[in-house]
Amino acid sequence: MKNARNLPFLATLIVFLVAYGLCTLQFPNMFSTRVIANLLSDNAFLGIVAVGMTFVILSGGIDLSVGSVIAFTSVFVAVLVGSFGLHPLTAFVLALVLSTLFGAGMGLMIRYLSIPPFVVTLAGMFLARGAAYLVSTQSVPITHPFFETIQGLYLRLPGGGRLTAMAMLMLVVFAVGALVASRTRFGANVYALGGNEQSAALMGVPVGRTIIGIYALSGFLSGLSGIAYTIYTSSGYSLATVGIELDAIAAVVIGGTLLTGGTGLVAGTLVGILIQGLIQTYIVFDGTLSSWWTKIVIGILLFAFIALQRAIIWYSNRRLADGASRGELRGAA
Amino acid sequence: MSSQSPLLEARNIGKSFLGIAALDGVDFTLQRGEIHALLGENGAGKSTLIKILTGVYRRDRGSIQLEGSEILPETVADAQALGIGTVYQEVNLLENLTVAENLYLGRQPRRFGLLDRKAMTAGAKTLLSRYGLDIDVNALLSSYSVAVRQIVAIARAVDLSGKVLILDEPTASLDGHEVEMLFTVLRQLKAEGLGIVIITHFLAQVYAVADRATVLRNGRLVGSRVLEGLPRMDLISMMLGRELLEIENDHAADHAVTTPAGDAPIRFEQYGRRGSVAPFDLSIRPGEVVGIAGLLGSGRSETAFLMFGIDRADSGQALIDGKPVQLSSPQAAIANGFGFCPEERKTDGIIGEFSVAENIALALQARDGWARPMSAKKQRALAQEFIRSLDIRPPDPDRPIKFLSGGNQQKAILARWLVTEPRLLILDEPTRGIDIGAHAEILKMIEKLCREGMALVVISSELEELTAVAHRVIVLSDRAHVAELKGADVTADNIMRAIATPATTEAA
Amino acid sequence: MQTTLISGAITRKLRRLAPQLAALFAILALITAISPGFLSVTVQNGRLYGSLIDVLVRAAPVALLTIGMTLVIATRGIDLSIGAVIAICGAVAASLVADGYPLVAVLVAVTAVGLVCGLWNAVLVAFLDIQPIIATLILMVAGRGIAQLITEGVILTFNNDDFAVIGSGALGGIPVPVLLWLAAGLLVGLLVRRTALGFLIEATGINRRAAMLAGVQARFLLIFVYAVSGVMAALAGLIITADIRGADANNAGLWLELDAILAVVIGGTSLNGGRFSITASLIGALIIQSINTGILVSGFPPEFNLIIKASIIIVVLTLQSPALGFIAGFFRPPGAGQPIGTASGEHRAADKAGTTRTDRTATSLSTGERAS
Repeated sequence: MKNARNLPFLATLIVFLVAYGLCTLQFPNMFSTRVIANLLSDNAFLGIVAVGMTFVILSGGIDLSVGSVIAFTSVFVAVLVGSFGLHPLTAFVLALVLSTLFGAGMGLMIRYLSIPPFVVTLAGMFLARGAAYLVSTQSVPITHPFFETIQGLYLRLPGGGRLTAMAMLMLVVFAVGALVASRTRFGANVYALGGNEQSAALMGVPVGRTIIGIYALSGFLSGLSGIAYTIYTSSGYSLATVGIELDAIAAVVIGGTLLTGGTGLVAGTLVGILIQGLIQTYIVFDGTLSSWWTKIVIGILLFAFIALQRAIIWYSNRRLADGASRGELRGAA
Repeated sequence: MSSQSPLLEARNIGKSFLGIAALDGVDFTLQRGEIHALLGENGAGKSTLIKILTGVYRRDRGSIQLEGSEILPETVADAQALGIGTVYQEVNLLENLTVAENLYLGRQPRRFGLLDRKAMTAGAKTLLSRYGLDIDVNALLSSYSVAVRQIVAIARAVDLSGKVLILDEPTASLDGHEVEMLFTVLRQLKAEGLGIVIITHFLAQVYAVADRATVLRNGRLVGSRVLEGLPRMDLISMMLGRELLEIENDHAADHAVTTPAGDAPIRFEQYGRRGSVAPFDLSIRPGEVVGIAGLLGSGRSETAFLMFGIDRADSGQALIDGKPVQLSSPQAAIANGFGFCPEERKTDGIIGEFSVAENIALALQARDGWARPMSAKKQRALAQEFIRSLDIRPPDPDRPIKFLSGGNQQKAILARWLVTEPRLLILDEPTRGIDIGAHAEILKMIEKLCREGMALVVISSELEELTAVAHRVIVLSDRAHVAELKGADVTADNIMRAIATPATTEAA
Repeated sequence: MQTTLISGAITRKLRRLAPQLAALFAILALITAISPGFLSVTVQNGRLYGSLIDVLVRAAPVALLTIGMTLVIATRGIDLSIGAVIAICGAVAASLVADGYPLVAVLVAVTAVGLVCGLWNAVLVAFLDIQPIIATLILMVAGRGIAQLITEGVILTFNNDDFAVIGSGALGGIPVPVLLWLAAGLLVGLLVRRTALGFLIEATGINRRAAMLAGVQARFLLIFVYAVSGVMAALAGLIITADIRGADANNAGLWLELDAILAVVIGGTSLNGGRFSITASLIGALIIQSINTGILVSGFPPEFNLIIKASIIIVVLTLQSPALGFIAGFFRPPGAGQPIGTASGEHRAADKAGTTRTDRTATSLSTGERAS
């Protein structure tokens, strides 16, 4: 934790704790497990997809397709369950396979056609949204006992909060994501790619396999997030979650991950999600503030964190330059 | 000579890039327990040879034997598995990872399928302790000095490979103490029987640490010598490709009487930048060619960068016609009538997809500003004029410049500045990588411009070139201007002596 | 001599636009084949009507955005914020009109707001050295919030026929939006091509370092292109707001930045910067709108719209991909491809040899730049 690379994460954590502290000073009711549990439940699908986005951004890429993939998954599942009478679990598996393959396909294009991730995933965004429209342009409601069972599952927290199944799923995804990032070779390779692709390749990182794996993972988690969203809303809707990729990217960046890749923590993204949720909760509690402040505050936070990251890079460059110039004194000595 | 077969033996290595030979019949032999310096100027073929040995390139011909058996590494990983590890000067390790992560990337110890961070930490500590390094291996690599990073890189390479260690300019950004630390490590590895190849352009360091030196020039082997007892002058003349004491008859400095006296209109006083070039004085008069000589890395190009405002000076001042001027950017330098043909034509000079005519027009257009466009007609007319006078081939102003040969690209860049009618033109290695014919033409052009009253600064590693065109030569060594030769003193012999001298005092 | 020179320039221009024109005509022909009434143009109340006119009118916002985006992409940048800028400008326009400000004041104020948004991006890119995609993301996220702040979260409607002319009026029979984007395209096109701006922008986009060493003020050019992009977004915002007689902060201009990028890509301007053609990008915008309108009039469900768009992007990108370009060059007939192959091969070899040194000098330039 003493590493400089955790500095942005610590900054985020402090911002969150201070902000939460201030909020509870103004509204003592906000200090309850109920608020926390709701905050986690309402943002579960965003959190799940943000874990995938964290890996993508850590590797130096970006994935704009996630919102469309969530929407596609939700109508796909809704239609399979509603119109074709499949068991939800079967539908889930099919949706996850599709979304994972979709992500892997984008990874393939990025790697082997050398097209920037931004453009490939932009095409993917159109494609997935278009596919969702093809499945259904209507909101498809789902009534299935399995859905009701899952929705009824929750963990009662001391203080009356209800941690829903989706919130628990999100926390599990975060835990597994953090483990994969910090304790597997795949995770190490992701950081290495984000540091410098050329060096990473020279040091024996399988670049192609890793890139495809990263986008496949993001696709898988988008699918999982789509399932969570479907359960959360009990319906599938192809126009849903437009722009969710921006929220996910914002959560990742506010969580202290460098947009240029190589530095960041999965746990930071969770704090990023919590900050976004906190802003929304505060606005609800306040009652007079309007919801658009969320976007503005997130924009300001984004700017602040990007500026902070630039400052850190400048600072370390200057230190490097000083080191180099020290070397030059050799001639005079 | 050892009766045992050498550790690594390369014979008759050849490599061409689309018809242009980068290496031609080069031999290289490395013994066990030897530190072997590989020397040569830019483009001599050092890095091509290294890349062939380490599996980055495949050789066109020749053989490489490691411990007596033929090898053909196809990837860096291949070479590593065979026992050949490399440490590059910069792109090497990952600064965003910890020391331990860098040491074990791609081969981390695992327990129950997960990375065993404890084992990594312990292993990294043990590994580095061999090199006398006791640091926190879980701190980011970027938090350590370049010297520590080099040693970490060496530790990784040796741990992975273990027979041959190749170091590409490892000392370029180390201070004296750090260099000594690095050399201690190298000597220790040498004692353990490793063969070490080191590329460096600091001659004092070559003598301090290496046993033997192999010199390449223009893709060919010049020779391989045991360093002990080898006069420094001999080594320099091998690198610069000149025999000592050869008499230069026709050179510009003989006509030095034409050098106008009086205050020079362009003066740099105590001009310098920390970490780049030590403060220097330089004055340039119209109708004069000032040569800048020095080995690679001596601060030649950095001097040009300072004069042209690419790097900002942090000491001294520049005076034009007696008035101080701020050369804070290339625009400012151009506004003062300067022009600069950079050494790296492809990255710093040409606009690849632009036509010859557009490339020629660029600097003038940039100086005139966007509001005063040059018509396509005028661009072509200008281009045609210079295509004729400089004999740019093919004589087609509309051809994208990236399809021209190096020599013709250089002429087009020269034309780019000539259309701005500069009072000072700085040429950094104007003849590098171009054919003999264009070479002579460019030298002739320099003399002509000089006669017409332009002031020129010519940076070159070709001593004949400098002695042929320069009235005065400034000699650089270790990022400082160490000597100025005038008139009859401008000889290749004197230049080399001046390059060698300060290094000797440093070593002493 | 003079005439041959001019006709030569026209031939070159046509050759540059040939793929885009061919694609546009092919699409128009296809739509006409399916729905024969597509090409018919009628005059009602002194205004032109018809599906073709509809394409030109509806293309207006994307066409305007494309003008700015082409310049931004030519410098090797990208501007993601323009959709949000449309929302902000639309909100400002609607609230000023609703408050009864005179039309001229509204136009000036909205253009100024667009300019400020563009300059904000320019400062982040040119002075703080933030990657364009990241820099413009900030305004993309915050912009809609700002727009909602102005409209106070409601869809702000107004009733002002003078202002509505911008969206639905006609001048000399031609709809005002069409006149606007044509005029803007012509104006910016002339501005960059009749001055040296276009030339310098291309030089910067191809090789920023070499351009700077030749004295090109890259920073000024970056400010210029992002400012133009902001102003064009403001104009697009005016049209959209006037058309629906209201400002919808949530949906106005949503994803139009992506359509604009697509139009530029279809127009053949590389995302790696360099040579650009505003005309080709505008044809790209027309192609996109023809597809949209065509799907509508052909009776296809609009659901196909995005899939078709995505397929076009994928095909265009795959054809433009450097990896595939290499394969294409490889399969070129030996005679025709020879000089090109040799030269670029030499380039590559030289690049490899010079990599380390170049990296070092590049750093020194950027620090020098920062210091100044």
